[in-house]
Amino acid sequence: MLHLILFFIFAAVCIAGAVNLLAQSHPINSALSLIVVMGSLAVLYLLLGAEFVAAIQIIIYAGAVMVLFIFVIMLLNAGVEEHSGKSYIAWFVGIPSLAALAGLVVYSLLLHEEQTGNASVSSISNVGSVQAIAHLLFGKFLLPFEVTSVLILIAIMGAVVLAKRGES
Amino acid sequence: MLTYIVIAAIKSLVLIHILLGAVAYTVWLERKVVGRMQNRWGPTRVGPFGLLQPIADGVKFILKEDLTPPHVYKPLFILAPLLSVVLALTSIAVIPLGGQLPLGRWSTGLQVTAAPNGTSDINIALLILLGVTSIAVYGIALAGWSSNNKYSLLGSLRASAQMISYELSLGLSLVGVLLLAGSLSLRDIVTAQGRPYEFKHFLWLPHWFPHWYIFPQLIGFFIYLVSAYAETNRIPFDLPEAETELVAGYHTEYSAMKFAMFFMAEYTNMFTVACVATLLFFGGWSGPIPGFLPPLAQALMPLFWFALKVLVFIFVYIWVRGTLPRFRYDQLMAFGWKFLLPLAIANLVITSLIVAVLS
Repeated sequence: MLHLILFFIFAAVCIAGAVNLLAQSHPINSALSLIVVMGSLAVLYLLLGAEFVAAIQIIIYAGAVMVLFIFVIMLLNAGVEEHSGKSYIAWFVGIPSLAALAGLVVYSLLLHEEQTGNASVSSISNVGSVQAIAHLLFGKFLLPFEVTSVLILIAIMGAVVLAKRGES
Repeated sequence: MLTYIVIAAIKSLVLIHILLGAVAYTVWLERKVVGRMQNRWGPTRVGPFGLLQPIADGVKFILKEDLTPPHVYKPLFILAPLLSVVLALTSIAVIPLGGQLPLGRWSTGLQVTAAPNGTSDINIALLILLGVTSIAVYGIALAGWSSNNKYSLLGSLRASAQMISYELSLGLSLVGVLLLAGSLSLRDIVTAQGRPYEFKHFLWLPHWFPHWYIFPQLIGFFIYLVSAYAETNRIPFDLPEAETELVAGYHTEYSAMKFAMFFMAEYTNMFTVACVATLLFFGGWSGPIPGFLPPLAQALMPLFWFALKVLVFIFVYIWVRGTLPRFRYDQLMAFGWKFLLPLAIANLVITSLIVAVLS
Protein backbone atom coordinates (compact mmCIF):
# COMPACT_ATOMS: atom_id res chain seq x y z
CA MET A 1 0.00 0.00 0.00
CA LEU A 2 2.74 2.40 1.00
CA HIS A 3 4.67 1.33 -2.08
CA LEU A 4 1.71 2.17 -4.28
CA ILE A 5 1.19 5.62 -2.74
CA LEU A 6 4.90 6.44 -3.03
CA PHE A 7 4.93 5.15 -6.60
CA PHE A 8 2.12 7.46 -7.65
CA ILE A 9 3.62 10.46 -5.84
CA PHE A 10 7.01 10.08 -7.47
CA ALA A 11 5.62 9.14 -10.86
CA ALA A 12 3.63 12.38 -10.75
CA VAL A 13 6.72 14.33 -9.66
CA CYS A 14 8.69 12.74 -12.50
CA ILE A 15 6.13 13.70 -15.15
CA ALA A 16 5.70 17.20 -13.69
CA GLY A 17 9.49 17.66 -13.81
CA ALA A 18 9.62 16.49 -17.42
CA VAL A 19 6.83 18.88 -18.47
CA ASN A 20 8.43 21.72 -16.53
CA LEU A 21 11.73 21.00 -18.29
CA LEU A 22 10.09 21.85 -21.60
CA ALA A 23 7.96 24.74 -20.33
CA GLN A 24 10.73 26.72 -18.59
CA SER A 25 12.46 29.40 -20.61
CA HIS A 26 15.64 29.64 -18.56
CA PRO A 27 18.29 26.89 -19.08
CA ILE A 28 19.06 26.65 -15.34
CA ASN A 29 15.41 25.98 -14.49
CA SER A 30 15.22 23.36 -17.23
CA ALA A 31 18.38 21.66 -15.95
CA LEU A 32 17.02 21.66 -12.40
CA SER A 33 13.76 20.09 -13.63
CA LEU A 34 15.83 17.37 -15.28
CA ILE A 35 17.52 16.72 -11.92
CA VAL A 36 14.07 16.32 -10.35
CA VAL A 37 13.21 13.77 -13.06
CA MET A 38 16.43 11.84 -12.37
CA GLY A 39 15.83 11.91 -8.62
CA SER A 40 12.26 10.65 -8.85
CA LEU A 41 13.35 7.91 -11.27
CA ALA A 42 15.88 6.83 -8.64
CA VAL A 43 13.08 6.63 -6.08
CA LEU A 44 11.06 4.46 -8.49
CA TYR A 45 14.04 2.10 -8.84
CA LEU A 46 14.29 2.03 -5.06
CA LEU A 47 10.60 1.09 -4.81
CA LEU A 48 11.28 -1.81 -7.17
CA GLY A 49 14.01 -3.04 -4.81
CA ALA A 50 16.91 -2.10 -7.10
CA GLU A 51 18.87 -0.19 -4.45
CA PHE A 52 22.16 -0.24 -6.28
CA VAL A 53 20.70 1.05 -9.55
CA ALA A 54 18.92 3.81 -7.62
CA ALA A 55 22.11 4.93 -5.87
CA ILE A 56 24.09 4.84 -9.12
CA GLN A 57 21.34 6.81 -10.86
CA ILE A 58 21.71 9.55 -8.23
CA ILE A 59 25.53 9.53 -8.23
CA ILE A 60 26.05 9.42 -12.00
CA TYR A 61 23.11 11.29 -13.49
CA ALA A 62 21.97 13.71 -10.79
CA GLY A 63 25.41 14.11 -9.23
CA ALA A 64 27.91 14.07 -12.09
CA VAL A 65 26.26 14.61 -15.48
CA MET A 66 23.86 17.32 -14.36
CA VAL A 67 26.53 19.13 -12.34
CA LEU A 68 28.47 19.48 -15.58
CA PHE A 69 25.33 20.80 -17.34
CA ILE A 70 24.81 23.39 -14.61
CA PHE A 71 28.49 24.22 -14.63
CA VAL A 72 28.47 24.90 -18.36
CA ILE A 73 25.27 26.97 -18.14
CA MET A 74 26.79 29.03 -15.34
CA LEU A 75 30.11 29.43 -17.14
CA LEU A 76 28.52 30.56 -20.41
CA ASN A 77 25.99 32.66 -18.50
CA ALA A 78 23.23 31.48 -20.86
CA GLY A 79 20.29 33.83 -20.83
CA VAL A 80 16.53 33.47 -21.07
CA GLU A 81 15.27 31.87 -24.27
CA GLU A 82 12.15 33.00 -26.04
CA HIS A 83 9.38 30.56 -26.85
CA SER A 84 8.36 31.22 -30.43
CA GLY A 85 5.09 29.26 -30.12
CA LYS A 86 4.75 29.24 -33.90
CA SER A 87 5.71 25.66 -34.64
CA TYR A 88 2.82 23.76 -36.19
CA ILE A 89 4.83 20.53 -36.32
CA ALA A 90 4.32 20.15 -32.58
CA TRP A 91 0.54 20.30 -32.98
CA PHE A 92 0.10 18.17 -36.08
CA VAL A 93 2.85 15.58 -35.63
CA GLY A 94 3.87 15.71 -31.96
CA ILE A 95 0.53 15.25 -30.24
CA PRO A 96 -0.77 12.43 -32.47
CA SER A 97 2.50 10.50 -32.18
CA LEU A 98 2.49 11.02 -28.39
CA ALA A 99 -1.03 9.59 -28.24
CA ALA A 100 -0.01 6.68 -30.47
CA LEU A 101 3.04 5.92 -28.34
CA ALA A 102 1.04 6.05 -25.09
CA GLY A 103 -1.61 3.77 -26.62
CA LEU A 104 1.06 1.32 -27.77
CA VAL A 105 2.66 1.15 -24.30
CA VAL A 106 -0.70 0.62 -22.58
CA TYR A 107 -1.70 -2.01 -25.14
CA SER A 108 1.52 -3.99 -24.80
CA LEU A 109 1.33 -3.82 -20.98
CA LEU A 110 -2.25 -5.11 -21.05
CA LEU A 111 -1.31 -7.83 -23.52
CA HIS A 112 1.43 -9.21 -21.30
CA GLU A 113 -0.34 -8.52 -18.05
CA GLU A 114 0.05 -12.06 -16.72
CA GLN A 115 3.85 -11.76 -17.05
CA THR A 116 4.46 -8.20 -15.87
CA GLY A 117 1.68 -7.91 -13.32
CA ASN A 118 2.80 -10.78 -11.13
CA ALA A 119 6.45 -9.82 -10.60
CA SER A 120 6.80 -9.19 -6.87
CA VAL A 121 9.27 -6.77 -5.32
CA SER A 122 11.13 -9.57 -3.57
CA SER A 123 11.77 -11.44 -6.82
CA ILE A 124 13.16 -8.31 -8.46
CA SER A 125 15.31 -7.30 -5.50
CA ASN A 126 17.53 -10.34 -6.09
CA VAL A 127 18.27 -8.94 -9.54
CA GLY A 128 18.96 -5.41 -8.27
CA SER A 129 21.44 -6.17 -5.50
CA VAL A 130 25.10 -5.24 -5.78
CA GLN A 131 26.23 -8.87 -5.95
CA ALA A 132 23.75 -9.80 -8.68
CA ILE A 133 24.71 -6.82 -10.85
CA ALA A 134 28.41 -7.54 -10.33
CA HIS A 135 27.91 -11.18 -11.38
CA LEU A 136 26.14 -10.06 -14.54
CA LEU A 137 28.58 -7.24 -15.39
CA PHE A 138 31.77 -9.20 -14.77
CA GLY A 139 30.46 -12.58 -15.92
CA LYS A 140 27.89 -12.75 -18.64
CA PHE A 141 28.34 -9.22 -20.00
CA LEU A 142 32.09 -8.85 -19.40
CA LEU A 143 33.00 -8.18 -23.03
CA PRO A 144 30.34 -5.48 -23.74
CA PHE A 145 31.19 -3.88 -20.40
CA GLU A 146 34.91 -3.64 -21.16
CA VAL A 147 34.29 -2.53 -24.75
CA THR A 148 32.06 0.27 -23.42
CA SER A 149 34.85 1.46 -21.15
CA VAL A 150 37.23 1.56 -24.12
CA LEU A 151 34.60 3.55 -26.02
CA ILE A 152 34.44 6.10 -23.20
CA LEU A 153 38.25 6.28 -23.18
CA ILE A 154 38.21 7.05 -26.91
CA ALA A 155 35.67 9.83 -26.29
CA ILE A 156 37.89 11.34 -23.58
CA MET A 157 40.94 11.19 -25.87
CA GLY A 158 38.93 12.82 -28.62
CA ALA A 159 37.99 15.67 -26.28
CA VAL A 160 41.65 16.14 -25.32
CA VAL A 161 42.73 16.20 -28.98
CA LEU A 162 40.06 18.75 -29.85
CA ALA A 163 41.01 20.94 -26.88
CA LYS A 164 44.72 20.81 -27.74
CA ARG A 165 44.27 21.58 -31.45
CA GLY A 166 43.88 25.32 -30.96
CA GLU A 167 47.21 25.68 -29.13
CA SER A 168 49.64 24.42 -31.81
CA MET B 1 5.32 -0.44 9.12
CA LEU B 2 3.76 2.56 10.84
CA THR B 3 5.63 1.96 14.11
CA TYR B 4 8.87 1.69 12.13
CA ILE B 5 8.25 5.07 10.50
CA VAL B 6 7.34 6.67 13.85
CA ILE B 7 10.47 5.24 15.51
CA ALA B 8 12.63 6.47 12.61
CA ALA B 9 11.04 9.92 12.86
CA ILE B 10 11.72 10.11 16.60
CA LYS B 11 15.29 8.97 16.05
CA SER B 12 15.89 11.57 13.34
CA LEU B 13 14.43 14.30 15.56
CA VAL B 14 16.75 13.38 18.44
CA LEU B 15 19.72 12.96 16.11
CA ILE B 16 19.20 16.31 14.36
CA HIS B 17 19.03 18.14 17.69
CA ILE B 18 22.15 16.44 19.01
CA LEU B 19 23.93 17.08 15.73
CA LEU B 20 23.05 20.76 15.52
CA GLY B 21 24.05 21.20 19.16
CA ALA B 22 27.35 19.53 18.40
CA VAL B 23 27.76 21.75 15.33
CA ALA B 24 27.22 24.89 17.42
CA TYR B 25 29.80 23.78 19.96
CA THR B 26 32.25 22.73 17.23
CA VAL B 27 32.27 26.36 16.15
CA TRP B 28 33.08 27.32 19.74
CA LEU B 29 35.77 24.64 19.91
CA GLU B 30 37.26 25.80 16.64
CA ARG B 31 37.41 29.43 17.72
CA LYS B 32 38.90 28.42 21.05
CA VAL B 33 41.53 26.00 19.68
CA VAL B 34 42.57 28.19 16.75
CA GLY B 35 42.73 31.09 19.20
CA ARG B 36 45.12 29.22 21.47
CA MET B 37 47.21 28.09 18.48
CA GLN B 38 47.56 31.74 17.46
CA ASN B 39 48.35 32.79 21.02
CA ARG B 40 45.02 34.51 21.71
CA TRP B 41 42.11 33.61 23.94
CA GLY B 42 39.21 33.02 21.57
CA PRO B 43 35.70 33.74 22.90
CA THR B 44 35.75 34.52 26.63
CA ARG B 45 33.03 37.09 27.28
CA VAL B 46 29.71 35.21 27.04
CA GLY B 47 29.49 32.78 29.93
CA PRO B 48 32.40 30.87 31.56
CA PHE B 49 35.12 30.19 28.93
CA GLY B 50 32.74 31.73 26.37
CA LEU B 51 30.59 28.60 26.58
CA LEU B 52 27.36 30.49 25.95
CA GLN B 53 28.80 32.07 22.78
CA PRO B 54 27.15 29.53 20.37
CA ILE B 55 23.73 30.23 21.91
CA ALA B 56 24.28 33.98 21.62
CA ASP B 57 25.34 33.49 17.98
CA GLY B 58 22.25 31.41 17.27
CA VAL B 59 19.95 34.05 18.76
CA LYS B 60 21.76 36.70 16.74
CA PHE B 61 21.29 34.76 13.49
CA ILE B 62 17.58 34.32 14.13
CA LEU B 63 16.92 37.93 15.13
CA LYS B 64 18.95 39.60 12.39
CA GLU B 65 17.18 41.16 9.45
CA ASP B 66 17.05 38.75 6.52
CA LEU B 67 18.30 40.87 3.63
CA THR B 68 17.58 39.83 0.06
CA PRO B 69 19.45 42.00 -2.44
CA PRO B 70 17.21 43.28 -5.28
CA HIS B 71 19.30 41.80 -8.11
CA VAL B 72 19.18 38.13 -7.05
CA TYR B 73 17.18 35.39 -8.76
CA LYS B 74 14.87 34.82 -5.85
CA PRO B 75 13.56 31.20 -6.15
CA LEU B 76 17.04 29.70 -6.40
CA PHE B 77 18.49 32.21 -3.92
CA ILE B 78 16.12 30.79 -1.30
CA LEU B 79 16.39 27.17 -2.47
CA ALA B 80 20.20 27.00 -2.34
CA PRO B 81 20.77 27.26 1.46
CA LEU B 82 17.81 24.95 2.11
CA LEU B 83 19.28 22.37 -0.25
CA SER B 84 22.69 22.61 1.43
CA VAL B 85 21.45 22.08 4.95
CA VAL B 86 18.84 19.43 4.09
CA LEU B 87 21.36 17.31 2.18
CA ALA B 88 23.94 17.70 4.94
CA LEU B 89 21.43 16.48 7.52
CA THR B 90 20.19 13.65 5.25
CA SER B 91 23.55 11.98 5.04
CA ILE B 92 23.74 11.52 8.80
CA ALA B 93 20.63 9.28 8.67
CA VAL B 94 22.44 6.26 7.23
CA ILE B 95 25.33 6.43 9.69
CA PRO B 96 25.23 3.82 12.48
CA LEU B 97 26.38 5.35 15.77
CA GLY B 98 26.60 2.09 17.67
CA GLY B 99 25.15 -1.38 17.95
CA GLN B 100 21.98 -1.65 20.02
CA LEU B 101 20.67 0.78 22.62
CA PRO B 102 18.71 -1.08 25.32
CA LEU B 103 15.89 1.06 26.75
CA GLY B 104 14.29 -0.96 29.53
CA ARG B 105 12.48 -3.94 28.02
CA TRP B 106 13.06 -3.23 24.34
CA SER B 107 16.07 -2.07 22.38
CA THR B 108 16.65 -0.15 19.20
CA GLY B 109 19.45 0.14 16.65
CA LEU B 110 21.49 3.33 16.97
CA GLN B 111 20.82 4.40 13.39
CA VAL B 112 17.86 6.11 11.73
CA THR B 113 17.75 3.66 8.84
CA ALA B 114 18.41 0.53 10.92
CA ALA B 115 16.16 -2.39 10.02
CA PRO B 116 13.38 -3.16 12.55
CA ASN B 117 15.42 -6.02 14.03
CA GLY B 118 18.18 -3.49 14.65
CA THR B 119 21.13 -5.66 13.65
CA SER B 120 21.26 -4.96 9.93
CA ASP B 121 20.90 -1.89 7.77
CA ILE B 122 20.50 -0.96 4.11
CA ASN B 123 23.14 -2.52 1.94
CA ILE B 124 23.98 0.68 0.05
CA ALA B 125 24.55 3.09 2.95
CA LEU B 126 27.94 4.12 1.62
CA LEU B 127 26.59 4.74 -1.89
CA ILE B 128 23.84 6.91 -0.42
CA LEU B 129 26.51 8.94 1.36
CA LEU B 130 28.45 9.39 -1.90
CA GLY B 131 25.24 10.27 -3.74
CA VAL B 132 24.29 12.92 -1.21
CA THR B 133 27.82 14.33 -1.40
CA SER B 134 27.60 14.52 -5.18
CA ILE B 135 24.25 16.34 -5.02
CA ALA B 136 25.46 18.74 -2.31
CA VAL B 137 27.35 20.62 -5.04
CA TYR B 138 24.06 22.14 -6.19
CA GLY B 139 23.56 24.08 -2.97
CA ILE B 140 26.81 25.96 -3.46
CA ALA B 141 26.61 26.21 -7.26
CA LEU B 142 23.08 27.62 -7.25
CA ALA B 143 23.86 29.99 -4.37
CA GLY B 144 26.66 31.60 -6.35
CA TRP B 145 24.77 31.73 -9.62
CA SER B 146 21.50 33.10 -8.24
CA SER B 147 23.31 35.85 -6.32
CA ASN B 148 24.09 37.60 -9.63
CA ASN B 149 27.41 38.76 -8.29
CA LYS B 150 30.81 38.13 -9.87
CA TYR B 151 32.50 37.12 -6.61
CA SER B 152 29.70 34.70 -5.79
CA LEU B 153 29.75 33.25 -9.30
CA LEU B 154 33.54 32.77 -9.24
CA GLY B 155 33.27 31.14 -5.83
CA SER B 156 30.58 28.73 -6.92
CA LEU B 157 32.37 27.86 -10.19
CA ARG B 158 35.47 27.06 -8.17
CA ALA B 159 33.40 25.02 -5.73
CA SER B 160 31.71 22.97 -8.45
CA ALA B 161 34.97 22.22 -10.27
CA GLN B 162 36.76 21.39 -7.03
CA MET B 163 34.02 19.13 -5.69
CA ILE B 164 33.64 17.22 -8.98
CA SER B 165 37.41 16.69 -9.16
CA TYR B 166 37.89 15.46 -5.62
CA GLU B 167 34.74 13.33 -5.60
CA LEU B 168 36.54 10.82 -7.84
CA SER B 169 39.46 10.30 -5.47
CA LEU B 170 37.05 10.28 -2.52
CA GLY B 171 35.04 7.45 -4.04
CA LEU B 172 38.10 5.47 -5.15
CA SER B 173 39.80 5.78 -1.76
CA LEU B 174 36.88 4.00 -0.11
CA VAL B 175 36.86 1.07 -2.56
CA GLY B 176 39.95 -0.41 -0.89
CA VAL B 177 38.06 -0.73 2.38
CA LEU B 178 35.05 -2.19 0.56
CA LEU B 179 37.29 -4.82 -1.01
CA LEU B 180 38.62 -5.84 2.41
CA ALA B 181 35.19 -5.85 4.06
CA GLY B 182 33.22 -7.26 1.13
CA SER B 183 30.11 -5.20 1.83
CA LEU B 184 28.65 -1.73 1.26
CA SER B 185 26.72 -1.77 4.52
CA LEU B 186 28.39 0.40 7.16
CA ARG B 187 27.42 -2.00 9.93
CA ASP B 188 29.01 -4.93 8.11
CA ILE B 189 32.19 -2.92 7.56
CA VAL B 190 32.45 -2.19 11.29
CA THR B 191 31.77 -5.86 12.13
CA ALA B 192 34.40 -6.94 9.60
CA GLN B 193 36.99 -4.89 11.47
CA GLY B 194 36.43 -7.12 14.49
CA ARG B 195 37.81 -10.08 12.50
CA PRO B 196 41.56 -10.68 12.24
CA TYR B 197 43.29 -9.66 9.02
CA GLU B 198 43.53 -12.12 6.14
CA PHE B 199 47.29 -11.76 6.13
CA LYS B 200 47.76 -12.39 9.87
CA HIS B 201 50.05 -15.36 9.20
CA PHE B 202 52.65 -13.13 7.58
CA LEU B 203 53.26 -10.82 10.48
CA TRP B 204 53.11 -11.14 14.22
CA LEU B 205 50.50 -8.96 15.92
CA PRO B 206 49.59 -8.94 19.62
CA HIS B 207 46.06 -10.21 20.32
CA TRP B 208 44.83 -6.84 21.66
CA PHE B 209 45.91 -5.06 18.49
CA PRO B 210 42.82 -3.48 16.82
CA HIS B 211 42.15 -4.84 13.30
CA TRP B 212 41.20 -1.45 11.93
CA TYR B 213 41.39 -0.85 8.19
CA ILE B 214 43.60 2.18 8.69
CA PHE B 215 46.64 -0.12 8.87
CA PRO B 216 46.26 -2.03 5.58
CA GLN B 217 44.67 1.04 3.92
CA LEU B 218 46.98 3.81 5.11
CA ILE B 219 47.28 5.31 1.62
CA GLY B 220 43.53 5.02 1.12
CA PHE B 221 42.99 6.86 4.39
CA PHE B 222 45.36 9.64 3.36
CA ILE B 223 43.53 10.05 0.03
CA TYR B 224 40.17 9.99 1.79
CA LEU B 225 41.22 12.63 4.31
CA VAL B 226 42.62 15.02 1.70
CA SER B 227 39.69 14.69 -0.68
CA ALA B 228 37.20 14.95 2.16
CA TYR B 229 38.77 18.26 3.20
CA ALA B 230 38.37 19.44 -0.38
CA GLU B 231 34.76 18.20 -0.52
CA THR B 232 33.82 20.12 2.62
CA ASN B 233 35.59 23.28 1.37
CA ARG B 234 37.78 23.55 4.44
CA ILE B 235 41.26 25.02 4.72
CA PRO B 236 43.62 24.31 2.91
CA PHE B 237 41.02 23.84 0.15
CA ASP B 238 38.61 26.68 0.99
CA LEU B 239 39.05 28.37 -2.40
CA PRO B 240 35.27 28.81 -2.90
CA GLU B 241 35.15 31.29 -0.04
CA ALA B 242 38.71 32.62 -0.14
CA GLU B 243 38.11 35.94 1.58
CA THR B 244 41.30 37.56 0.36
CA GLU B 245 40.25 37.22 -3.29
CA LEU B 246 36.48 36.69 -3.41
CA VAL B 247 35.05 38.71 -0.45
CA ALA B 248 33.20 35.64 0.92
CA GLY B 249 32.78 33.54 -2.22
CA TYR B 250 29.46 31.89 -2.87
CA HIS B 251 27.76 33.23 0.27
CA THR B 252 28.71 36.88 -0.18
CA GLU B 253 25.09 38.00 -0.62
CA TYR B 254 23.64 35.89 2.17
CA SER B 255 22.82 37.17 5.64
CA ALA B 256 21.06 36.09 8.82
CA MET B 257 19.52 32.61 8.86
CA LYS B 258 20.30 31.84 5.20
CA PHE B 259 24.00 32.39 5.89
CA ALA B 260 23.66 30.33 9.06
CA MET B 261 22.27 27.46 6.97
CA PHE B 262 25.45 27.34 4.84
CA PHE B 263 27.45 27.48 8.02
CA MET B 264 25.48 24.60 9.57
CA ALA B 265 25.79 22.60 6.34
CA GLU B 266 29.57 23.01 6.30
CA TYR B 267 30.02 21.88 9.89
CA THR B 268 27.49 19.05 9.54
CA ASN B 269 29.46 17.82 6.54
CA MET B 270 32.58 17.87 8.70
CA PHE B 271 30.77 15.56 11.11
CA THR B 272 29.69 13.24 8.30
CA VAL B 273 33.25 13.01 7.04
CA ALA B 274 34.50 12.30 10.57
CA CYS B 275 31.82 9.61 11.06
CA VAL B 276 32.68 7.87 7.78
CA ALA B 277 36.40 7.94 8.59
CA THR B 278 35.65 6.47 12.02
CA LEU B 279 33.42 3.73 10.60
CA LEU B 280 35.59 2.73 7.67
CA PHE B 281 39.11 3.15 8.98
CA PHE B 282 38.96 3.23 12.78
CA GLY B 283 36.65 0.38 13.73
CA GLY B 284 33.52 2.45 14.36
CA TRP B 285 32.17 2.07 17.88
CA SER B 286 34.48 -0.78 18.89
CA GLY B 287 36.63 -0.22 21.95
CA PRO B 288 37.36 -1.74 25.35
CA ILE B 289 34.33 -1.89 27.66
CA PRO B 290 35.28 -2.09 31.36
CA GLY B 291 33.32 -4.82 33.18
CA PHE B 292 32.98 -2.95 36.48
CA LEU B 293 30.57 -0.35 35.07
CA PRO B 294 26.79 -0.54 35.65
CA PRO B 295 24.86 -2.17 32.74
CA LEU B 296 23.51 1.10 31.33
CA ALA B 297 26.97 2.69 31.26
CA GLN B 298 28.31 -0.45 29.56
CA ALA B 299 25.60 -0.14 26.93
CA LEU B 300 26.57 3.48 26.34
CA MET B 301 30.32 2.79 26.09
CA PRO B 302 30.26 2.07 22.28
CA LEU B 303 28.55 5.41 21.78
CA PHE B 304 31.27 7.03 23.87
CA TRP B 305 34.05 5.46 21.78
CA PHE B 306 32.33 6.53 18.57
CA ALA B 307 31.92 10.11 19.79
CA LEU B 308 35.55 10.18 20.98
CA LYS B 309 36.90 9.05 17.60
CA VAL B 310 34.69 11.55 15.77
CA LEU B 311 35.89 14.29 18.10
CA VAL B 312 39.51 13.44 17.32
CA PHE B 313 38.78 13.94 13.62
CA ILE B 314 37.05 17.25 14.29
CA PHE B 315 40.12 18.30 16.26
CA VAL B 316 42.37 17.33 13.33
CA TYR B 317 40.20 19.50 11.08
CA ILE B 318 40.73 22.48 13.39
CA TRP B 319 44.42 21.66 13.77
CA VAL B 320 44.90 21.64 9.99
CA ARG B 321 43.05 24.93 9.76
CA GLY B 322 45.42 26.45 12.31
CA THR B 323 48.49 25.06 10.51
CA LEU B 324 48.21 25.13 6.73
CA PRO B 325 47.88 28.07 4.32
CA ARG B 326 45.47 28.02 1.40
CA PHE B 327 46.39 26.35 -1.92
CA ARG B 328 46.50 28.28 -5.15
CA TYR B 329 43.70 27.23 -7.49
CA ASP B 330 45.87 25.64 -10.22
CA GLN B 331 47.84 23.80 -7.51
CA LEU B 332 44.57 22.47 -6.15
CA MET B 333 43.48 21.11 -9.53
CA ALA B 334 46.90 19.68 -10.40
CA PHE B 335 47.13 17.99 -7.01
CA GLY B 336 43.68 16.43 -7.37
CA TRP B 337 44.01 15.14 -10.92
CA LYS B 338 47.72 14.45 -11.33
CA PHE B 339 48.64 13.13 -7.89
CA LEU B 340 45.63 12.06 -5.83
CA LEU B 341 43.66 10.28 -8.56
CA PRO B 342 46.58 8.16 -9.90
CA LEU B 343 47.54 7.32 -6.32
CA ALA B 344 43.97 6.23 -5.57
CA ILE B 345 43.88 4.02 -8.68
CA ALA B 346 47.25 2.47 -7.81
CA ASN B 347 46.05 1.81 -4.28
CA LEU B 348 42.91 0.19 -5.65
CA VAL B 349 44.83 -2.07 -8.06
CA ILE B 350 47.33 -3.21 -5.43
CA THR B 351 44.63 -3.81 -2.82
CA SER B 352 42.48 -5.86 -5.18
CA LEU B 353 45.52 -7.91 -6.28
CA ILE B 354 46.41 -8.71 -2.67
CA VAL B 355 42.79 -9.55 -1.80
CA ALA B 356 42.54 -11.78 -4.88
CA VAL B 357 45.78 -13.61 -4.06
CA LEU B 358 44.89 -14.16 -0.40
CA SER B 359 41.35 -15.39 -0.94
